[in-house]
Amino acid sequence: MAVLLLAEMAENGLNRDATAKAVTAVKALGDVTVLVAGTGAQAAATEAAAIDGVGKVLVAEGDAYAHRLAEPMAALVVALAPGFSHIAAPGTTDARNVLPRAAALLDVMVIPEVSRVVDADTFERSVYTSAAVQTVKSADATKVLTVRIASFDAAGEGGSAPVESAASADAPALSSWVSDEVAASDRPELTSAKRIVSGGRAVGSKDNFAIIEKLADKLGAAVGASRAAVDSGYAPNDWQVGQTGKVVAPELYIAAGISGAIQHLAGMKDSKVIVAINKDEEAPIFQIADYGLVGDIFTILPELTEKL
Amino acid sequence: MKVLVPVKRVIDYNVKARVKADGSGVDLSNVKMSMNPFDEIAVEEAIRLKEKGAATEIVVVSVGVKQAAETIRTALAMGADRGILVVAADDVHQDIEPLAVAKILKAVIAEEQPQLVIAGKQAIDNDMNATGQMLAALLGWGQATQAGKIEIEGNAAKVTREVDGGLQTVSVTLPAIVTADLRLNEPRYASLPNIMKAKKKELTEKTAADYGVDTTSRLTVVSTREPEGRKAGIKVGSVDELVSKLKAAGVI
Repeated sequence: MAVLLLAEMAENGLNRDATAKAVTAVKALGDVTVLVAGTGAQAAATEAAAIDGVGKVLVAEGDAYAHRLAEPMAALVVALAPGFSHIAAPGTTDARNVLPRAAALLDVMVIPEVSRVVDADTFERSVYTSAAVQTVKSADATKVLTVRIASFDAAGEGGSAPVESAASADAPALSSWVSDEVAASDRPELTSAKRIVSGGRAVGSKDNFAIIEKLADKLGAAVGASRAAVDSGYAPNDWQVGQTGKVVAPELYIAAGISGAIQHLAGMKDSKVIVAINKDEEAPIFQIADYGLVGDIFTILPELTEKL
Repeated sequence: MKVLVPVKRVIDYNVKARVKADGSGVDLSNVKMSMNPFDEIAVEEAIRLKEKGAATEIVVVSVGVKQAAETIRTALAMGADRGILVVAADDVHQDIEPLAVAKILKAVIAEEQPQLVIAGKQAIDNDMNATGQMLAALLGWGQATQAGKIEIEGNAAKVTREVDGGLQTVSVTLPAIVTADLRLNEPRYASLPNIMKAKKKELTEKTAADYGVDTTSRLTVVSTREPEGRKAGIKVGSVDELVSKLKAAGVI
């Protein structure tokens, strides 16, 4: 039994948090070989090799992998697939783009967003906007899965895996990269943040989001938003927490002016401690919050920011 | 340019799914079913391309139970031209996996020869987010998933994708598969005259066997359960009380 784990790459190197959480998820399945692909992959490979539980690191350098386009990435994964019982990746937008393509090329199903590994063939995953959890058993020769990052703790340091080069795979140029628009921020990333402060429709405007951001900065937290806030243009798309946005599970989640639609709850209900601040005491968010405070966010948030 | 849009009949967006008492799945008997919301966005985008003159014909395909004909009619009422229903299941509880759906769609595409496929990025029942990517793989076509913007530029589609941390714009050579994300557009409602007109539009019925595709599931659902519930905690009366509770909980 052996696992090929596709490392998550960011613009500036390895996304260690996502990759190390996926290592935790899959290490019981067999020896873990991490595949690092991209330009400047060598440094990322060294970092991946130090993750506890990693047995080997394969590096695929090359411009073809620079922007993690699905076609060359899937071709690379498929070329390396022989010999592995499982092919996995953290459930990021990159992996969700690449792995289903790789799975189809291998004529196997993909098992997306696994929240628990039961055994080599059996996995748990959420369905119906997290209204249900299914246990599925795969009959495929190779199991291809993505891991729900929020369900696992990151593996620690202490590994010293050997790093080897992987041969690049031929892939027709079907698509090309045009541009990236990455929001620059000094705040922690949503999916790996220990604390998150999120704002909803009640925030009322893009300018008013400053009260959410001030509290977040005081706490060293990431900033999130409900779909309603994003759709209203108060917050950028990549701040969206929920089934169609990001699924998070921080130690502290503060929901301010968020009513608590099922869609939003699906993205944050695994947080350790949830605080809800809303002026509507009947808001569904209070049904899952550990601490609820009924009142106006425009008076409560500045007071909370000051008193922390 | 012909555009093909696959659509899925799923539990309505506003209905909360209930797990059956015996743990065998989610109860879909007597539950309101609708078009998957992401597929509605895909249909809308195809119609807008046609209105702009970039698309000439829109063919809608659904793979599933007979009742999915209603879902196709909805798309036709919105403005799609023609429908193909591929019956692959008798029971509404039987979900056809993305790999099998992709194989059927590949066969449909061999006959229809569209230049562009716009699919929803994900179905809200099985939450797989896989059919578009799998179809692209089987056809050997390029793909652009999670589209927030699509522009046709000659022999390519320029697509802005919603990715972790921001946006990525790619150019994908046609024919290609694009999957629609939430913010691509806001789908229109079908008007009553258009709903009446849609009843006269062509809807061809086929079966999975017509395309020689084996729809046996690769993944067996062993059990389905409700997620661990989360109990409501307490209401605090003031910011000071909240701060002391959070300190006691060790999270600040």
